[in-house]
This record gives sequence, C-alpha cells and structure tokens, in this order.
Amino acid sequence: MRLILEKRADRSPFFAIASPFLALLLTLIAGGLIFVMRGINPLEGLYVYFVEPLTQLWSVEQLIVKAAPLVLIGVGLAVCYMANVWNIGAEGQLTMGAIAGGISPVMFPDWQDPSILVVMLIMGAMGGALYGAIPGLLKTRFNANEILTSLMLVYVAALFLDWLVRGPWRDPQGFNFPVTKTFAGWQLLPTLGGTIHLGALFALLACVALAFVMGKTLVGFEIKVTGSAPRAGRFAGFSRNRMVMLCFLLSGALAGLAGICEVASVVGKLQPQISPGYGFAAIIVAFLGRLNPLGVLFAGLLLALSYIGGEAAQVTLGISDKIAKVFQGILLFFILSCDTLILYRIKLEMGRVGALKAAE
Amino acid sequence: MTASQYLLEAIDIVKVFGTLRANDGVTLQVTPGQIHALLGENGAGKSTLVKMIYGSLQPTSGTIKWKGQDVVIPNPNAARKLGIGMVFQHFSLFEALTVVENISLAMPGKFDLEALSKKVEFYSGEYGLPLNPKATVADLSVGERQRIEILRCLMQEPKLLILDEPTAVLTPQEADLLFLTLRLLASEGCSVLYISHRLEEVKRLCHWATILRHGKVVASCDPREETAASLARLMVGGDIHTVRAAKAPRDGAVRFSLKNASLEADGPFSVALKNINLEVRGGEVIAIAGVAGNGQSELFDAISGERPLSNGNAILIDGASCGATGVSARRKMGAAFVPEERLGHGAVPVFPLSENVVLTRHSDDASLAERGLLNRGKANSIADRVIKAYDVRMGKPDPEARSLSGGNLQKFVVGRELDRHPKVLVVNQPTWGVDAGAAATIRQALIDLARSGSAVVVISQDLDEIFELADRIAVISRGQLSEAHPAHEMTAEKIGLLMAGSHEKETPHAAHS
Amino acid sequence: MDQSLAVMLTIITAATPLLIAAIGELVVERSGVLNLGVEGMMVMGAVAGFAVAFMTGSTLLGVGAAIFAGIAMSALFGFLTLTLVANQVAAGLALTLLGLGLSGLIGEAFVGQPGVKMPTLFGIDALVPFSLLLTAGVAYVLFRTKTGLVIRAVGNSHSSAHALGYRVIAIRYLSVMFGGACAGLAGGYLSLAYTPQWIENMTAGRGWIALALVVFASWRPLRTLVGAYLFGAVSILGFVVQSMGLGIPSQFLSSLPYIVTIIALVIISGNKRLTQANTPACLAQSFVPDR
Repeated sequence: MRLILEKRADRSPFFAIASPFLALLLTLIAGGLIFVMRGINPLEGLYVYFVEPLTQLWSVEQLIVKAAPLVLIGVGLAVCYMANVWNIGAEGQLTMGAIAGGISPVMFPDWQDPSILVVMLIMGAMGGALYGAIPGLLKTRFNANEILTSLMLVYVAALFLDWLVRGPWRDPQGFNFPVTKTFAGWQLLPTLGGTIHLGALFALLACVALAFVMGKTLVGFEIKVTGSAPRAGRFAGFSRNRMVMLCFLLSGALAGLAGICEVASVVGKLQPQISPGYGFAAIIVAFLGRLNPLGVLFAGLLLALSYIGGEAAQVTLGISDKIAKVFQGILLFFILSCDTLILYRIKLEMGRVGALKAAE
Repeated sequence: MTASQYLLEAIDIVKVFGTLRANDGVTLQVTPGQIHALLGENGAGKSTLVKMIYGSLQPTSGTIKWKGQDVVIPNPNAARKLGIGMVFQHFSLFEALTVVENISLAMPGKFDLEALSKKVEFYSGEYGLPLNPKATVADLSVGERQRIEILRCLMQEPKLLILDEPTAVLTPQEADLLFLTLRLLASEGCSVLYISHRLEEVKRLCHWATILRHGKVVASCDPREETAASLARLMVGGDIHTVRAAKAPRDGAVRFSLKNASLEADGPFSVALKNINLEVRGGEVIAIAGVAGNGQSELFDAISGERPLSNGNAILIDGASCGATGVSARRKMGAAFVPEERLGHGAVPVFPLSENVVLTRHSDDASLAERGLLNRGKANSIADRVIKAYDVRMGKPDPEARSLSGGNLQKFVVGRELDRHPKVLVVNQPTWGVDAGAAATIRQALIDLARSGSAVVVISQDLDEIFELADRIAVISRGQLSEAHPAHEMTAEKIGLLMAGSHEKETPHAAHS
Repeated sequence: MDQSLAVMLTIITAATPLLIAAIGELVVERSGVLNLGVEGMMVMGAVAGFAVAFMTGSTLLGVGAAIFAGIAMSALFGFLTLTLVANQVAAGLALTLLGLGLSGLIGEAFVGQPGVKMPTLFGIDALVPFSLLLTAGVAYVLFRTKTGLVIRAVGNSHSSAHALGYRVIAIRYLSVMFGGACAGLAGGYLSLAYTPQWIENMTAGRGWIALALVVFASWRPLRTLVGAYLFGAVSILGFVVQSMGLGIPSQFLSSLPYIVTIIALVIISGNKRLTQANTPACLAQSFVPDR
C-alpha cells in the first residue's frame, strides 16, 4: 500500500480554505496524544490550553498583546515568502529594531514628550529595515543564500544586544542586572484599553494595507509574479533584485517595529531577552495564514493562543510551557502537509505498483 | 506455442490520465528488422504509447507481447533486460556527469568506468558515432548528446530501438548520418520504432507506419506507397490549412536592426553572442534557423531586453536605440516578444489568463495599471478579445494558464502580443509542441502581421516551419548569425551547412568532434 | 608546544560536530534535496543521546539514540517533502522549529544533570577519528562507486533518472535519512563529548553553520573537511583571544563564527563558475513522477 499523488487540473478552492483548519484539527489530535502520554486527560488538557484562555477578559487582552508582534512580523514574512524571498532572520531584525528604537530613551531618559515616541517607532522600524537590508544586499550583490545569512544575523544581533545591556547601556542604578533604565511616560506606547497597546493597531493596519497592496496594485502583482515564476517576472520587466530588497526592507521594518513596540510596552526596557521567539513563530503565522495578509491576522491570534495556553497549562496542569513550541512546530508540519491537498489529490494504492490491471 | 512473427505486439492498449484517454485501444505490431514509424500530431499519444513499451508508464488496460509471450514491463530496467532501448526526445542525460558515467547509469553489471570507456570507444567507432567518454555532457552539442543516448542503447545490443522525434534536434546532414546508422541496425535484425511527425523522412526511412490520432490508431500502411499529403490527411484527420501569403513588399523601411550585438555568456552553461547583425524590413518575416543550444535563447533575451546589452546602439527599433534598455522600454517602443517556454516564461502557470494579460501589457498600456492600481476589468476584456480572436479553447472561464493545452496556451500567448499590433514582433519557436490546427492559425497570424507592415523575426528549429513562413532566412550557430538569404535561394542542405557553422568567423569549440 | 597542541585539540573538537553534520547534509543535497532542518535534527540527537546515556550510563547506547532521533526526524521531513511534495525550505524550517521545541520539552528533566562523557583515545574523542573515516568514506562512495553515481545522477536530473528506471523517491529517502543519522550523531557528540550535559538550544546555530559549510565546500567532501576545521579554528580563536586579556568583549568573539560564515558565503557565492557548476541541478525541487 502506498500514497499516490495525482495532480489536480486546477487548485482546489475548497482545500485552499479548509487546509489550515484541517491542520489545526490534526494538531489538536496530536496535542491530545501528547497530553495522554504525559498522563493528562486529553480533553481537559486541550480545554485548559486552547479554550480557557478565551473565557476570561484579561487573558483575551493578553492574547491580543501577544498577537500584535506575531501579526506584524508574520504579515511581512508572508509577503517575502510570496515573493520566494526567504527571510528567516526576523528575530534578529526585531532585536535590532528594539535596539535602534531604544537609542533615544537610553541616551535621553529625560526626553518626555510625544515626539520621543514617534522617534522611537521610526528608528525602530528603520533599524529593522536596515538590518534586513544586509541579507538582501548580500543576496542581490553576491548571490549569497539569504536563508543562511539572515539566520546568522539573528545570533549576531542577540550577542550585540547582550553586550549593550551588560556594557555601555547598563543602568548604573540597576543593581548590576543586565538591563537599561526602565522606559517611562512618553517612552512607552499608550494603551488602547486594558493592557492592549498601540502595537495591536499597527498590526491591524499593516494587514489591511498589505492586503490592499497584494490584491489591487501592480507592486503586489510584481511580488506574486517574481515569487511564482521568476523567469516570467523578468519577461514582464520586473526586477528580481528590486523585489528582494523591497521584501527585506518591508519585513525588516515590520519586525523592527514589532521589536520597539515590545520593549516600549510589555518589557519596558532593554534586556538580553526581549522576545520569546516571536520572529520564528511568525514564520508559522505566515504559513498558517496561507501567506495572505488577512489570513495572517487570524493565524497570529492562534499562535498567540499557543503561547498563552502554554502558560495556562503550566499553571493548571503542571506541564512545562515549552509544550507551546512543540505545538507550534507540529502545527507548521500539518499546515505544510495539508497544503498538498490544494494542488494534489491523494490516493491510497493497494498492492504492487505497476501491476497490470486485467483487461475485462 | 508457435513463435510469433512479431517481435513486439501492443494489443488494445488504453492509458487514462485523469479524464484524458491518451491511448484509447491502440494496437501496434512490429516485426524483426523493421523500421516502423509511429506517426501522429503532438498530443496524439505517441510518446505515451512508447513510454508504456519502455516501462516508464503502466497501461490502464491492454496487453504487451514480446516474441509472442505476454509480458509486464514494470520499469525501464525490465525493458532493457528484454532488449528494448529508447532514445528520448528530451534526452535522459545528466549534464553534470561525463559521457561514460551517463552510459554506466544505464548498464547492468560491474561498475568499472575504465573498462566501460574502452567499450564506448569501440562501439562509437563501430557505428560511426564519435564521442569522447571523458567529456562532460554540459559541454557537448545537442547532436553529440543524442549520440550518447543512441550509443547507450546500442551497447546493450537491443532487439528493439525506440527513437522519439530524433531528428528534431539535428542538422539535415546529421539526420542523414543517423538514417545510415538506423538502416545498418535494421539490416542486423534490430527493429526500430521511429516516432516522428516529419512525413518526408518517414517515407524515406520506414518500412511500415502506424498512424495515431487523438489516442486511436487511424491507419496502418506502407509509407513508401503513400504521398506526404495523404499521410498528413490521416494524421490530422482533414485537410491541412496551408498558410497563404502575398509576396513581401521589397521596399519596406528597416524597422528592426541588430548592429554588432554581442553578449557575454551568463555562467558555464550559456552561449556568448558574437557580433550579430540583422536588418528586418517592415512587411517581411525573417526566420533564424539553428540547432538547439546555439544561442537562440540568449539571442531572444538580448532582443527582448531581459538581458540588456552594454552598447545601446546595437539594437534599433524604427531607428531608435534601445540596446541598453529593459524589456518594458522596448515594449513601449512598439516591440513585442513571445519566448520559447510558454509556462513559466511567457505566462505564469498558476495565474488566470486575465492576470497573464497584465504580465506583458502593463508596460505599454497605462490603463491596465493606472497610478499603480490594477484594472482587472480592462485585463478581462483584453483576455476575452484574445480568446475570441485566436480561438483559445478552455474548460472554464478565465482558467489558470497551466490548465490549457500547449496549443491553446500558445495561441493565447501569441495572441496577447498580436492584439497590440506591434511594429516589431520576435517569436522564439512559435509552434513548438503545438497541434497542426493551432500551428496553422499562429503561422497565418504571423504572416498577416508582417504584411500589414510590421517586422517579424521567427527563431525556429523546425525547417518546415521556416520554409512556410520566411521571406529571408539566417542561421545561428555557436552564438554567431549568418547573413540572411532570400528563402527561395535556400535549401535544407544549405541551411544544414550553415547550422554546422560554415559561416562562423571563429570556431572556439572546433576541438570537440 | 603543549599549549599549541591543546589548542589544536580544541579546534578539532569544535570542528567535529560541524563536519559530521555537514557531510550528512552534503549527501542529502547531492541527491537533490535541501534539508534546512539540520539544526532541529542535531538538537534532537543531542537530547536523545544525553537522555539515554544518562538513564543507562552507556554512551554507546546514547550515540545509538542520537542517531535514531536524527533518522526519525529526517524521515518526517522525507514524508513531508518527498511523499507530500511540500516546499523543502518551509519543511526544513518546520523541522528546526519542531526539533528545538521538542528537545526543550524532553530535555527539561535533564537540565543541570551531570552528563556521561564519551571515552577518549589518547585524549581524543572516539568520534573524531570516526568523522575522518566518515568523510573519506563518503568521498569514496560518492565519486568511486555506482551508488554514489546514482545519488549524484538523481540530484542532477530526477526526470532523467526516472526515465532510466531509478527510483528517485526511494533514493532520496535513503539519502535524507543518512543525513538525519549524521545530524543526530553530530548532536550526540555535543551532549556526550563536547560539553557532556544538556542545555536547551545547545546546538547554538551549528546546524545552520553546517548547511553553510556545504555551500562553502561547493558540495565536495574533502573541502568540507577543510572548511569545518577552519570554522572550528575561528570559534576557538574567540577563547584564545579572550584568554590573552585584550579586553575585547566576549560577545564580539562569540559572534565571530556567525560573521565568518556570512563572509565565507559571500566569497563563495560571488563566484558563479564555482557555484553554478557544482550546485546539484535539482536542489530543492520536488519530483512527482507521471503514472
């Protein structure tokens, strides 16, 4: 018995929509199995993990707070992957965004009017964009594989931040902890209600704007052509190099923005750890959203739920919150598997392949 | 059981792909020592049938008999064990490997490249197929590559040799040599199954012909007793539209010219263009003949602007320089281009036809993308116009490009450009892999465009097509272009000599063969 | 003298996991598959190796578990990309994310536990000579045997290989699983010999550096050996410089291997002739045979 793929004449519109849901269902089943293996009632486990956080206002707020960076980064990555540009260094761009955005509050802790927030946000986005431009440039100038270079830069950025907060930027009154001065007043993002801050609005705006760009404009068309048929893109007069740079600058800027938003809200200062791997989880967000900006919005909420569920599971079930990353990995696996159904029909073939079926 | 008079019998073979019946009850019988033609249009099911005989595909139903015995051929290894060898149309070679490594991959038994090299040298002398066993395939010409394929089969001393469109990639002289080899083989008792749609060569070479149409056998006959016209009627199932052309005007102004156009090779597997000169007048069709891989795609890229030249004055459209500009600028100047590869170059496979209109038309038609916003209504109306004008057939409205048949997509891709009434049109392989009906439509449209005053350049490897279309013919070999001669002064032999490089000013690869 | 010998030894120790993982990935890529999940397979090998060695006290069983974990992960990748023809880049990322997550969960119980160190021969870990044999063996098989020829052929043109009757998918599965075994072993080396303990994310990007090494070595086993030792030297350079007390921040020295990787990639990739001529032509392309 073996699996046979049969190419469909056209993409299946049903599975194009159903595949993320199917992937989610399969992830829940796998999650249930993990709970069973850990001696936890699977239904209870799944309830605590995926449902309970949605029943309380504070945890729904938390959900949105965590979804904001995931969506911001994920929507940028979705555009990249659509263009077949493999930026996987968003975590590094996030870090550099946080550092660049953090320059003003660290250097001028007494600067206290709305202008500093604007400066922080702009410099954060620019920091991420410029850091993203490095693998972009290396790709377009030297043809260096952007997957590897962008990833290497994640480690470099993390070490740079580590040096800053342990060295020149360390708060002298910080009891020797590796942290900068705590941001305050206008150095923090205003909230929209509860703990939800301006970052959520940015995320929403980014999705809507990119949905428009991808669906209605020539630039969006250019991105899609370059990604799915580069030769045809060149024939159309589109420049692949321009697209690579555009994608890296855009996704870098969004990741940088997410970075400065995190340190100007949830974290409130610079420290060695500023993100629980949002830059990597956003890769999953992009795929779960089927590289569609509006899909990314929902995918970001789901991935945020996986973080919050992990925390809830740790508290309620006494299981490590590291399970969140396991769920995220499994989810990406199932998404990629289910996407096969869009282009192929899957058949189970019994017996020996190639045996002649008897003629009647 | 008595020995059968047939070496191979395929009886009532059916092969279904999805909803398509590629072979629908096909029966084929080959006797020992026979050169048996399998004739049919593109898409008639010839390749599908031989792939089943070679074990690459499995029939949905039907029987294959070898020397009178029922056999199942589960894979090509089994076919080779029976004594069936096959030369593929798109070669099954490995470019990064050497000749002897390529041959070794098809040989059973002990792995010893030294010994095999000696054997290769022996066989290549025996059959007049010169090859250097240590050469890397990527460095070889198309003709040499085909020699590897043939030699690889012959070294297993097959009883049946299948060749899929073998002359499509050869010069006429090389084809003659191939025929000598095949006749020699047949005289030694080896059967040959010869797939082609070239009627003249089938009449010259083959003892028997089985003709397929839409997956069914429509006739079985001795091609030497038929005329080319009667064979063609059987193949196409009706009269062939011959292209009608008024004489080209002699006094048209030069609309398109190449002046000492040169282009460096782009990486190790690419051909450099050297000092190419060409002038095309309004009203005429110029064909550029040549064997595959001699710089045609590089020439197309240079002309279209996908790879701009360093010298802007090397290309002129209506007297204006454009050698250094990109493809969009050249389209704005009134040029249009159709590349060889439909899917992935001329069209985005997963995009609907309407979006594929935007692909090439956005640059000269501002209304398609005003202030950067796509106008889908406009794109749809252009797509509809092209579909109607060129009879593009499809299963549903605005389908993805990849779901169209080769002929229909080609009509769309050519029609998309013709719809603009370009001043200059450059087409690479306009009817490659296209059925006769679509080919006739496309060729007629190209001639009509020229006669309306435009300059048309057709790059083609198909000599029949070239003679049907061209007012003048130039030949490209190893990146150099010959002078363009009036078509009525050219013969297949003359073109063949030019293809082999008789016009070349320098022969950097002379050491090869 | 003694000190330079000690430095040499540390360089070799640092290079060995890179070498083993890169040699495995080299075979995978030669067959036309790009498995970006080396980091994930490696980290799973590290945790599995540590866990089994810790529970049984046998480093041999630990090594076996590390290899098995790598193979299991690579088989998952194979199913996704070869059977279900998913995008290889995305699937490789998935493998890495899953491996990092799963190893963190499994390894939680072992954080801070004392490790079991692999036996050494004359002060050298047993896996060091093995890695040299592995490199020589892979070089021999790839370029001197029919098996190697078939692997290279499948990576060069899957459709030609299929037309000649080779089972492209099966050959690629085996290559991918060989790569998984190597990555798992490399991870096991980290947690059983290099630093015999379990630390979350202890591979620290070595899987990615191994991937870069394959490009750097333009898909040649012996060049991979040279490259791995160069990278080993660079990462040790940091410690040496630090011990000299020049006051260079440790973070800059720690980032050297990553920066050197980028520079190496830039130098090699800029050379079109070298990369284009050696890159397996079907790298990262899915194959679905007609039937």
